[in-house]
Amino acid sequence: MSPLDVKLLRDLSRIRGQAIAILLVIAVGVLLQVMMSGLVASLTETRRAYYERNRLADVFAPVARAPDTVLSRLAALPGVARAEGRVVGAALVDIAGEAIPIQARALSLPDFGEAAFSAVYLTAGRMPDRTARDEILLLTAFARARGLAPGEVVRVTMNGARRTLRIAGLAEAPDLLFVGVPGEMMPDAARVAALWMRRSELAAAYDMQGAFNEAMLSLARGAREAQVIDAVDAVLEPWGGTGAYGRSDLVSDRFVSEEIDGLTTMSRAVPPLFLAVAASLLYIVVSRIVQSEREEIGQLKAFGYTDAEVGAHYFKLVLTIAVAGAALGCLLGVLAGRAMIPVYLTFYNFPFLVFRPDPAAFAIGAIASVAAASAGGLFVLRRVFALTPAEAMRPPAPSDFSKTLTLKGRLARLLDQPTRMVLRGIARQPWRTVALSAGVAGGMALASGMTTIYGSFERMMDLSFTVIDRSDATVTFTHPLARKAAYELARVPGVFAVEPVRDVPAVFRNRLNTHRGSVTGLIDPPELARAIGADLAPIPLPEAGIVLSRPLADILEIAPGETLTIEVREGRRPVLEVPVARVATSLIGAPAYMRLDALNRVLAEPGRISGARLRLDGARADAIYRALKDMPTVAGVSVARDARASLQKLMDQGAGSARYIMGAVAFIITFGIVYNAARIAHHERARDLASLRVIGFSRGEAGFVLLGELAVIVLAAIPVGSLAGYGLTFAIAAGFSSELYQIPAAFDPFSHGFAAAFVLGAALVSGWLVKRDMDRADLIAVLKSRD
Amino acid sequence: MALAFTVRNLGKVYGEGRSAVHALRGVSLDIPAGEIVVMLGASGSGKSTLLNILGGLDRASSGTVHFRDLCLTDLADRALTRYRRDNVGFVFQFYNLMPSLTALENVELITEIADKPMKAEEALAMVGLKERLDHFPSQLSGGEQQRVAIARAIAKQPEVLFCDEPTGALDSTTGRAVLTVLNAVNARFGTTVLMVTHAASIAGMAHRVIRLADGAISEVQVNKTRLAPEDIHW
Repeated sequence: MSPLDVKLLRDLSRIRGQAIAILLVIAVGVLLQVMMSGLVASLTETRRAYYERNRLADVFAPVARAPDTVLSRLAALPGVARAEGRVVGAALVDIAGEAIPIQARALSLPDFGEAAFSAVYLTAGRMPDRTARDEILLLTAFARARGLAPGEVVRVTMNGARRTLRIAGLAEAPDLLFVGVPGEMMPDAARVAALWMRRSELAAAYDMQGAFNEAMLSLARGAREAQVIDAVDAVLEPWGGTGAYGRSDLVSDRFVSEEIDGLTTMSRAVPPLFLAVAASLLYIVVSRIVQSEREEIGQLKAFGYTDAEVGAHYFKLVLTIAVAGAALGCLLGVLAGRAMIPVYLTFYNFPFLVFRPDPAAFAIGAIASVAAASAGGLFVLRRVFALTPAEAMRPPAPSDFSKTLTLKGRLARLLDQPTRMVLRGIARQPWRTVALSAGVAGGMALASGMTTIYGSFERMMDLSFTVIDRSDATVTFTHPLARKAAYELARVPGVFAVEPVRDVPAVFRNRLNTHRGSVTGLIDPPELARAIGADLAPIPLPEAGIVLSRPLADILEIAPGETLTIEVREGRRPVLEVPVARVATSLIGAPAYMRLDALNRVLAEPGRISGARLRLDGARADAIYRALKDMPTVAGVSVARDARASLQKLMDQGAGSARYIMGAVAFIITFGIVYNAARIAHHERARDLASLRVIGFSRGEAGFVLLGELAVIVLAAIPVGSLAGYGLTFAIAAGFSSELYQIPAAFDPFSHGFAAAFVLGAALVSGWLVKRDMDRADLIAVLKSRD
Repeated sequence: MALAFTVRNLGKVYGEGRSAVHALRGVSLDIPAGEIVVMLGASGSGKSTLLNILGGLDRASSGTVHFRDLCLTDLADRALTRYRRDNVGFVFQFYNLMPSLTALENVELITEIADKPMKAEEALAMVGLKERLDHFPSQLSGGEQQRVAIARAIAKQPEVLFCDEPTGALDSTTGRAVLTVLNAVNARFGTTVLMVTHAASIAGMAHRVIRLADGAISEVQVNKTRLAPEDIHW
């Protein structure tokens, strides 16, 4: 090993604390890059393969009831490759010991042969026998969550009739990657089910013999989806078609896409942030080393080493840290990615999901970290090249402070000399001070932003379940009923209040923006489920016109005063032009509210309701749910407590769980930056501090000069960081928000105070660590060295 | 004659076991107050170690050092700081000025914490830098920086001035100017001056010359006649 390489190793060992800190920052950046891009690649590729292998349809066309003969007309449409019909129905699964029946989707399997679309993936057992009348396949996730296995029986209510069905096997399907609880959209394997039956059996149960109520189509090569959808709608119109939609509007696919998009965005935005921090830290640390080794550099050059050789020596130091960081990051990224797979399997029904790191991510991570580190290193190399051998022979010139603060005048005379040293130290290298302060501010921003987000998750839950929706349970009817159905609910003992609602599926259009959702009709004034404004006060619903939630208004790019087109997908399916009256704050979903009577009026269906929100006596809840279960018109009951628990689980174990990792990283980075700032201040001041100690300053007095600068850097960083953190909160909130839930961004004094306390604490600990080193320093050795 | 320092059986060992280095081996010595004492010796003879222990910068491994009645070898860190602050001044080869403070402010650094300091301007006047009060170290020559360091050391009117190679980084003309200042401080305030140097000719200006070899005193010589700093050449 060459002597220079030995020196390199010793240098690394000498600065190991800082080297490890920088290495870790690089590693975290590369880890996130490898993990996130690997997850994106794994999810995208697995989904693609799954869709392809199990033949997910390109277009879905729900219809009230269309005879099978219509299918040949659909198949003959230009741009359609193949068409198949199936029967889909709402069912309730009764689980022993559960007062609330589980809402389920019942889907048909072809009596003979393979399904053209959405072929099931059998995970256990066998396919239902063609002759056995009561055999089903059950959704794997639900069966596992409920401990059900092939061979067992379940009690299912289909179209009002109770049946006992035997589980032949467990299965998954590509159109059920994500299954949300009806009415809540929350994924919760235990509270939502899907089951498959042979077509003839299911058709008998739902009165669909010789007919279908959902057509699935694949597109011919080069066909345009929008044109096909229009043609399909025209064909199905007479049969009660409620509007065909493409794969991207399939709820299951939309949620997976959102997940992938979120990951992609984060994988592009977050790792560069870490690499930038690492680059600036490397620059400061390496430039410090080069400065302190001027003499050695001069001597090496005097011995005959070329600029390139000497430069390469210091560049190797940078590269060693960068490459080690990148390698560690790649390794940890693969491990973290593998650890994240079960999270995705909890919320998405992938039959298989293997973490496959994206090879490009390794390359990008390694190249980016080396490039970032080199960028920091290159500035330093310029200084190495500029040094002449003669410099080693000359005593060092004191740093030039003659152009900094003169500190004259009456007020300035009040400053003691240590204070002057602190002030001039800051003024002499304002950019370095700004850079360090910006670094600490960055940490403060991350810490305050992430802490605020923690609070925002809680606030989202609280607002959603105690301010916006104050009901205990939501009942959904099998079809719109007369308003007196609500009175029947009110007669159930233990029900305190009943508030009828009408949910109407609809497609919203504003210019080129569309959204498939529903209009919710509320009584005036509503007590249990309300539209609220940004000030949390209830918004009175207008006589005519619609109140849109903020996310819906954003999707549609529409403002109050403008007119919205609503294509109702139920009943007579009118197309409405409705003025937007207000925009409401909403944290779950993207609802739209109208007055119940106004909604019914435009639908020309007076006095109809589709469900009700209830307040009930918690002590009698089970009895109430049993009573509801016995009502044939009740399609499902959603309990607020369960919905809240599902959401909490999603946020703690699913996508939202990333906030804990990011929060931890934010605090680690903040500490790293503050600690480095203190270390650097110490290195640059070591000689001054030793002199102060020698001439009789106590440790505390000398410490003031060291830590005074750190204090100024930190104190200046806190307000700036707080402001940046406020801005960052909006970005992080947007990153975490999905169509399912929105994370509100706001200024949270507690979070900012907490982050500031953390930064101050980090500064105190760093200051203490550095001061400990200062106290241990060999005064004589420091003073006898030239720099 | 009053003694500034009484040193008995002073030992200093760096390291342990087989790698132990005995920098001082049982040194005993009396240094009278008010003298200029020059310590000579080859590198590694122990002269700087002795100076550092007397100056309260380093601790002895064995033996005792008394500064007048104060036993330095017994003092805790805080008390040693107090001792340096109240009684002694230091001048080093590389000046060790604060680059961020002007000449005047560098001296005020001391006058702010000393008990009975002279005025900073007066200290600088003594070293001939009355005109350069507001210059930063980067604007001063090496000799001027060393004179500021001396002004800083004497401003507190210390009883002892420790100088470790004060002319080491200077040419002989500038070095003589520095020695002249040290001589003047000794004559005017009766400050005991302990100087470590490689330049044997500087011994000519001392009252007493101590030669060290291998961690022990090899010779103590009292000069009957002293040379003026201007007459010293090296």
